[in-house]
Amino acid sequence: MSDNNLNNLPGGFKGMAQDMGSDQTAFKGVQWGKFMMWIFLLSDTFVFSCFLISYMKGRSSTVVDWPNTSEVFSLHVGGVPVPLLLIAIMTFVLITSSGTMALAVKYGYEKNKKMCAWLVLATAIGGLTFVGMQVFEWSKLIHEGVRPWENPFGAKQFGSFFFMITGFHGVHVSIGVIFLFIFARKTFRGDFDTGKRGFFTSQKSDYVAIEILGLYWHFVDLVWVFIFAFFYLW
Amino acid sequence: MSDEYNQNNTPLETQSSETMSGSSGSTTDIDYVRPAELPEQDLYHSHSWITKWVFCQDAKVIGVQYFLTAVFTGIVGLVLSWLMRLQLGFPELVPFITAEHYYQFVTMHGMIMVVYFLTALFLGGFGNYLIPLMVGARDMVFPYVNMVSFWMFFVAVCVLMASFFVPGGPTGAGWTLYPPQAILPGSPGAGMGIILMLTSLSLFVIGFTMGGLNYLVTILQARTRGMTLMRMPLTIWGIFTATALAMLAFPALLVSCIMMTLDKVLETSFFMPAIIQAGEVLDYGGGSPVLFQHLFWFFGHPEVYIVALPAFGIVSDLISVHARKNIFGYRMMVWAIVGIGGLSFFVWAHHMYVSGMNPWFGFFFATTTLIIAVPTALKVYNWIVTLFRANIRMNTVMLFCLGFIVTFVNGGITGIFLGNVAVDIPLSDTYFVIAHFHMVMGIAPLMVIMGAVYHWFPLVAGRMLSEKLGKWHFWITFLGAYSIYFPMHYLGFIGVPRRYFEMYDSPYMASAIGMNEFITVAALIVGAAQFIFIYNIITSLRVGKPAGKNPWKANSLEWLTSEVPPVHGNFGEKLPVVHRWPYDFNVPGSKEDFITQTTPPSEVIDAEVEKT
Repeated sequence: MSDNNLNNLPGGFKGMAQDMGSDQTAFKGVQWGKFMMWIFLLSDTFVFSCFLISYMKGRSSTVVDWPNTSEVFSLHVGGVPVPLLLIAIMTFVLITSSGTMALAVKYGYEKNKKMCAWLVLATAIGGLTFVGMQVFEWSKLIHEGVRPWENPFGAKQFGSFFFMITGFHGVHVSIGVIFLFIFARKTFRGDFDTGKRGFFTSQKSDYVAIEILGLYWHFVDLVWVFIFAFFYLW
Repeated sequence: MSDEYNQNNTPLETQSSETMSGSSGSTTDIDYVRPAELPEQDLYHSHSWITKWVFCQDAKVIGVQYFLTAVFTGIVGLVLSWLMRLQLGFPELVPFITAEHYYQFVTMHGMIMVVYFLTALFLGGFGNYLIPLMVGARDMVFPYVNMVSFWMFFVAVCVLMASFFVPGGPTGAGWTLYPPQAILPGSPGAGMGIILMLTSLSLFVIGFTMGGLNYLVTILQARTRGMTLMRMPLTIWGIFTATALAMLAFPALLVSCIMMTLDKVLETSFFMPAIIQAGEVLDYGGGSPVLFQHLFWFFGHPEVYIVALPAFGIVSDLISVHARKNIFGYRMMVWAIVGIGGLSFFVWAHHMYVSGMNPWFGFFFATTTLIIAVPTALKVYNWIVTLFRANIRMNTVMLFCLGFIVTFVNGGITGIFLGNVAVDIPLSDTYFVIAHFHMVMGIAPLMVIMGAVYHWFPLVAGRMLSEKLGKWHFWITFLGAYSIYFPMHYLGFIGVPRRYFEMYDSPYMASAIGMNEFITVAALIVGAAQFIFIYNIITSLRVGKPAGKNPWKANSLEWLTSEVPPVHGNFGEKLPVVHRWPYDFNVPGSKEDFITQTTPPSEVIDAEVEKT
């Protein structure tokens, strides 16, 4: 397979047209699992777009005023309300975990098992911290009386959309964290070096799996950036 | 990856004839096909009965599992339609059918037929069975996820069927499930029924996504040597585009299901405006019912093409094989499929002309809707030109194909009526609409499914279906379906509203009574005729004429497997190598009237084949 000279493909539009017109694969040298993850992410983009567009529609057509987000989402530090403090930390942690993930992919392709495993573990811990802070934020809002069906600060759709969309994103993060821990264990054990077969899928393990998981993780981060912008900054 | 290609260190290049005959040095051998790029697939080999037939990872078995489950739900949908027709033709004949039950039958019939029957049958059934075989792969790229996809679908069907047995029964909100009425006590099944329906749909979307990822990636990244995109059978193009649509349209359904479930269970108000029910102000308020309609139809309209595009693709192949002629305008057909798929995302609000949208919005969507008629009409012309002066074999498959063309043209023309806002508004919610969509996305795709079963049954089972029973089945179904739906156009014109439990004695409906009775009798006969089909399948499995290899003398790869029916791994020792498109029928200068896709050019040196 290595003889297929995948490094000397023509670039640009002509190259793309040539790849599309060729046999076997439309995207040369792209492992199928990676391509599958890209399509899944495209589909998932539509899911989040539908959520966010519904949110925009709900927010712009509500009859009761939308709550002031910089007040609702503020933390009191020494008696002084600091708007968006928690969210800033959460965002920072999540973006940082994207960085460690990218490094893990790099070390994975270098077959540096140890660095790769530690970085995957670091990403998992970053994700877990994010989920933990989200739990804190949810319980704080619930404590203040915000519910999916009511909201003491204004329009009740605020609570509905907030819990639904951050919850849906949180589920994505949690699934990612679970897989990161599993993959950290697999990397430490050396599955990706020995090509051990997966327990469920019975497919050979390969370091490309780290990159596929990385794609998912970066996507979850990117979605958070949009949620952050639309919920907290708008 | 076999070692024999390793020495062949040629650069990648396109496989099409344009560049083959160009200046590149490696094309002196006319049989040259680029070396393999992909390693041999690492297949899972099952060792027990359970992993071979139940939790099976082989796409062919998964396809049959999808097919049988979908047919089971289809029969449930058929029985529901009988019950509805009994009430409409002979009101109060069956005391068990109350107004509540009638609405539940309407809802479940619609949802089952559109989602759980047609979508699952075309993409899950035909898609799984045909994609690996037709593109020359040993299996889907990720067989494990493919298996989970089917079982997710199975659970979704179980949840849907469970809703018949919960207190209050299944939901009766109409298949569009419009809020607010879908989740308020006035509608039948507004308790557990609607919750189970929404859960089942969400499960269906998740399961379908797993399968859909496999279909798309297998088609794009796992074809055999020589199989370029423009050499794929149109069946694959249809299934491919439909799956792409599904991957982008189902998210909207998933989101609307989640939001409506929350509206029901947690009393959020995403879709619920302020409501006074029986003098009591409900806790809901501030939501937008029209938002649901937009989300639903953003899924719902592409869904029509998710059903129609595989039918277009399959019927093109069937016509070409049984008319012994290449499909007219192959590339045009491909681009029409892709174009229809793209346009289908910009027409959804033509279902909402009477929802109170801004009129300019309706104008925009009327325009896009009518534009879709262009590629669709191109396809119809191409089918007809393919048949023109062809060597047509008038067998059951061809009859169903012809039946498809006629019904599809009929349903398409009424679609042009309904696409125009000014014509649609008086016809909205009348039997004209029922007639339109049953013709165009009910009967027409069904004709293709029947034809496809008669065509591919010899491959799946190794035996032919009975032609005699097949012709009876066709004529009763075709004439019967016309007897059902053609009069409905007239009912629509005189203003008979759809979804009404009973017309009672309204004076202007008097002329509709006899017609309704006639339609009901026809519906009972057509439904019963489907059991001829099932009988044909069951008996042919045992006593049908052995099919042998390639009974239709077709060109595509699924007929060229090492064994018929194909076994695990599909193609035996070596994957086939493709040299041409699958439509080389009756080529001037060739000895036989068909040249299979695997025939190298040197074997048919005098034949004037199309350059593909």
